[in-house]
Amino acid sequence: MRNSTSIFYNLDWFTILLYLILVFAGWLNIYAAVYNEEFQSIFDASQQYGKQLLWIGTSVVLGITILFIDERFYNTFAYVIYGVVLFLLVLVILIGAETKGATSWFAIGGFKIQPSEFAKFATNLAIAKYLSTLNIKMSDLKTKLIAAVIIFAPAILILAQNDTGSALVYGSFILVLYREGLSGNFLVIGITTAFLFVMALIMGNEIFNFPFDVQVDGSLLLIILVSLVCALLWYLNRKSKQLIVVMIAVFMASAGLIKSVDYIFNNVLEPHQSKRINVMLGLESDPRGAGYNVNQSLIAIGSGGVIGKGFLEGTQTKYDFVPEQSTDFIFCTIGEEWGFLGSLVIIALFVTLLLRIMFLTTRQRSDFARIYGYGVACILFFHFTINIGMTIGLAPVIGIPLPFFSYGGSSLWGFSILLFVFLKLDSDRMKVL
Amino acid sequence: MNKRALESRTVIISVVFVLIALIFIIRLFYVQVLNDKYKLDADNNSKRNITEYPARGLIYDRHGKLLVYNEAAYDLMILPRQVPEDMDTIAFCELLRIGKDQFIKKIEKAKVFSYYKSSVFEREFSSEEYARIQEQLYKYPGFFVQTRTLRNYPEGTAAHVMGYISEVTSSQIEKNPYYKPGDYIGKSGIEQSYEEELRGKRGLRVVMVDVFNREKGKFAEGIYDSTAVSGKDLELTLDADLQEYGERLMQNKKGSIVAIEPTTGEVLALVSAPGYDPNLLVGRERSNNYSLLNQNELKPLFNRALMAKYPPGSTFKSINALIGLEEEVITPYTKFSCNNGYRSGRFHMGCHAHPSPVDLKYSIQTSCNSYYSNVFRAIVDSYKSTEKGYGIWRNYILSFGLGTKTGIDLPNELNGFVPDIAYYDRYYRKGGWSSLTIVSLAIGQGELGFTPLQMANMSATIANRGYYVTPHIVRKVGNKRVEMIDSSVYRHETAIAPKHYEEVVSAMYDVVEKGTGMSARLDSIQVCGKTGTVQNPHGEDHSTFIAFAPKDNPKIALSVYVENGVWGSRWAAPMAGLLIEKYLKGKIKREDIEIRMLEGNLIEIPNRP
Repeated sequence: MRNSTSIFYNLDWFTILLYLILVFAGWLNIYAAVYNEEFQSIFDASQQYGKQLLWIGTSVVLGITILFIDERFYNTFAYVIYGVVLFLLVLVILIGAETKGATSWFAIGGFKIQPSEFAKFATNLAIAKYLSTLNIKMSDLKTKLIAAVIIFAPAILILAQNDTGSALVYGSFILVLYREGLSGNFLVIGITTAFLFVMALIMGNEIFNFPFDVQVDGSLLLIILVSLVCALLWYLNRKSKQLIVVMIAVFMASAGLIKSVDYIFNNVLEPHQSKRINVMLGLESDPRGAGYNVNQSLIAIGSGGVIGKGFLEGTQTKYDFVPEQSTDFIFCTIGEEWGFLGSLVIIALFVTLLLRIMFLTTRQRSDFARIYGYGVACILFFHFTINIGMTIGLAPVIGIPLPFFSYGGSSLWGFSILLFVFLKLDSDRMKVL
Repeated sequence: MNKRALESRTVIISVVFVLIALIFIIRLFYVQVLNDKYKLDADNNSKRNITEYPARGLIYDRHGKLLVYNEAAYDLMILPRQVPEDMDTIAFCELLRIGKDQFIKKIEKAKVFSYYKSSVFEREFSSEEYARIQEQLYKYPGFFVQTRTLRNYPEGTAAHVMGYISEVTSSQIEKNPYYKPGDYIGKSGIEQSYEEELRGKRGLRVVMVDVFNREKGKFAEGIYDSTAVSGKDLELTLDADLQEYGERLMQNKKGSIVAIEPTTGEVLALVSAPGYDPNLLVGRERSNNYSLLNQNELKPLFNRALMAKYPPGSTFKSINALIGLEEEVITPYTKFSCNNGYRSGRFHMGCHAHPSPVDLKYSIQTSCNSYYSNVFRAIVDSYKSTEKGYGIWRNYILSFGLGTKTGIDLPNELNGFVPDIAYYDRYYRKGGWSSLTIVSLAIGQGELGFTPLQMANMSATIANRGYYVTPHIVRKVGNKRVEMIDSSVYRHETAIAPKHYEEVVSAMYDVVEKGTGMSARLDSIQVCGKTGTVQNPHGEDHSTFIAFAPKDNPKIALSVYVENGVWGSRWAAPMAGLLIEKYLKGKIKREDIEIRMLEGNLIEIPNRP
C-alpha cells in the first residue's frame, strides 16, 4: 500500500514482454500454418489467424482487467472460483458439444468455450490457497489426501469428458507438492511406476531364450529383474531392519503392476491412446496408421534444416501434410519455416519464461502467491514438454496445446488468466506484510 | 523439513526445466541438422514431377486424308503412400471393373516399384470411362489421373504400314536415355521408323501438391519446367482408297499387293493379307488382342509385303529377256523352238502347248519356258567359265534392286535372295555346277526369293525403262519433302541400256492384250503385265502378276501375289487390272470380275479377329 502509485508500477515487464513475443510469434505461425492464397489478409476474421488476433486482443484486455482487480480477491475467492469451475465441468458433460470424441465444449452462438482450459487456473488457485493455510504440513496424511482431492477432482471430470490429454496436465501439480515438502519418494515412485509400465509394455509379449533351453516370458523376466534390484538395495543397507520390509513391499507392488499392465493397457486406455503409446515406444511402425502424424511432423520439422524454409514457404505444413497444424502441431510450422535456429529461439523463450516465473516466486512474501507461481510454471512446463516432445517423437501424441502458440480462444484465455493473476500477485507483493 | 531444504527444491525444479529444454535441442539438432532423410521425405510429399506428353504426330495419306490421330486417354496413377489401409476396395474394384485379385496384384506391383513415387495403376481409360471414374475418385486418396494420348485409326487400314506403339521395354530404356518407364515407343511400321519425328519432345512440370494431391502451383516459379513439343505430322505416299481397295480384294486370301508410282518411287499401296484392324492394338485391350493375333496361324501380324520371300516365277522372264538383249546373246528376232518344253540331254523342263519356234515378244506373251532356258544358258555360257558368266548375270539382277533391301523407310525389310557363286560351290562343290544345273533360274524358280515389294519395284523399273527411285512410304515430314531430308531416296540406274526396254514393254503389253494376262485388260488404259505361277511344294501353286500402266508414261506399277492362287491369270492378274482401274479411273466397270475377286476365299478358316 505504501508507495505504489500505479498498478503498473511494480509489474514485471520482462515477463509481459516474453508473453507478448510468444503470442505474436504464435499468431504469425498460425497464419503460416493455415496460409491460403484466397485469404491473404492476416486480419481476415473468417480465418483462424484473424480469429486468433481477436483472442489475443481480448486476452490483453482480460490481462489488464485482472491487473485492476484487488489482489486479495484471488485469495479470498479461490475456493469459490474452484467450485464454479467444477460445476461447469460437470455441466459440460451434460450439455456440452462433442468435438473429436471429447465433450469438453460449450457452444455459445458461433463460439465454443472449453471450461477445462480454465480449470487449470482454478485448481492452481485452490491448491495455493489450501497449501498456504496456516499450520498445514505436507507430511500429514490429511494434507496429502485433501491436496490430492483438489487436484484429481477436476482431472477426473475432464477424463469423463474423454479429454485424456487435458486430464494428464494435472499430474504436473505433483511438482508443486514436491516443492512444498512432499517426499521425494513420491516422485521416485511415480517415475519408477511409469518406467515399469513402459518396460512391461515393451517386454510383455516377448519370449526370451536362455541357455539350456530355458524360455522366459517377458513379464516374468521383468519381475525377476526387479527382485534382483530389490535384493541388491537390501544387501547394500543390510543393517536396516526396516528396509527388508520396504523392499518386499516394493517387490510385491512392482510384480502386481507388471502383471496388471496388460489389463490396464487393454481395458483402461482408449484404443487410440494405447496405439499411440505403442507407436512411441517403437512397438508399431506403421507410417500411415497411428504413427502418421508423428512421421509427418518429423518430416516437416526435419526438412526445415538449420535456417528453415522461410516465412510462408513451408510446404509440409502449408499443404496440410501435418495434421492439426495450427493447434497441437503448431511447432511443426516453427521447425519447418524457421529451422533449427527458430526452434532454438522458441525453446529458449519458453525456458526463460519458466525460469523467470521460478525466480519471481522467490521474492514473494505471501505463501499463496509463491505456491500459485509454482503452479503456473509447472502447468506451462507440462504443456511445453508434452507438446513439443510429441512433435519431435519424444512424447506420446496426446493432444494438448502449446501455451500462447496454439490456435484457440479458450486455451489462450486460460493461459493468459493463469499468468496475469500471478503477475498481479507479484506486482502487489509489497502490500503483504 | 526446513525452509532451506525446500528452497533448494526450487532450484531442482528449475534444473529439470533446463534439462528437458536441452534434450529437445539435442533432438532437434539431430532431426533438423544432422539427418537428411526428412528433407527427402518432404520433397516426396509435396513435389510432383508431371510429365507433359507431347501429342504424337498425325499421319495423312497422299491426298491429305487423315489416317492416324490422337485420342485422349487417361492413366490411373497410384501413390501407395497415400492409399489408406481402410479404403473401400470393393467399391473401388466395382468402379474400375476389375477383380479383387487383380486389385491386390496391382497394388503390390505399385508398392514394389515405389512406396513414395507414383506409378501407373491401370492404363488407358477412354474419355467415357474416365468421366465415370473421375466422379468417384475423390473418395480414394492416393489415386489420380494422368492424361496421355492414344492412337486412333479412322480408316482402319494399312495396319502393317502404320505399325503400333506400346510401352518401352527396360532394354530400350537402357539403350536410349530419352525414354522413361511408362513412355510409349513405336514398335513397328512407320511408328517405329519415324519414332523420333513423330514423338516430339516431352515436357516437364514440377508442381507443388498438397496432402490431397491437388496442385498448388509451380515449384520454384517454374524454372525447372519445360514445354512439350508436338511431334511432326507425316504425309504418306499411300493412296488410302487404293490401299483400302487392295485390302478388300485380298480378304480371305493370303498374299500381298504392292503398288508404286514408278517415276517417284512412292508406294501407293502396301497390302499384306490377312491383315488386322490397327485399332485392335490400341488401349487397354492391346495385349489381349496382340496375343490373339500372334497366335493366329494365318500370321496376320506378319507383313508379307516386306518379310515374305517368294520365288518370282515367270514374271522374272522379262528380266532375263532384258539381260539377253544387253548381253547381245539374242536379238528381238532370235527364235528358239519349244516342243512342250526344254530338253538338254536327259534334262527336261516342261512347257505348255503353244506354237513354235518363238521370238522374244511371243516368248513373253506366252511365257515360254524353253525360250528362257536357252537365253539363260546362252548368257552364262558366253563366258569362259560358268562362275564368271553367272557372276555377270547375277550383277544384272542386283542392279534391279533384287536380292538386297530396297531401303524403304519401314523396319524389318528382308534382303531377298539371289544365290552367289559361293552358295552353289557349297551346294554342289566347286566346279560341280553348270548353267544347266541352275537353269530353273531362267524361269524365276529355284533358290530365288524376292519380297512382293522388290517385285513391285522390278515392275516399276521396267515401267521406267531402266531406273527406279528408292521406294518410300513417307512423302513429307512436317513441311519438308522426304527427298530433301532422306539421302537414301535417289534414282538407281539398272545395268541394262534403256533402248532394250521397249521390246520387253511391248511384249508385256501383248501379255495383257492377247496373252496370259488378258484378265487384267482394260478398254481405256494400256496395261502391261506378266503372269507368274510359282511352284509350291507345300500346296497349291502361288498366283502372281506384275503390271504397270499406262504403257507410255506409267503412273502405277504393281505386284500382286496370291498364295495358293494357282495360275497368275486366275487371281493375281484380274486383281492387278482392278487396282489399276481403281487408281487411274477411280471407278470399276467390270463388276463381275470385281465380285469374283472379292468373294474368292482361299483360306479354309476365314477368321479375322
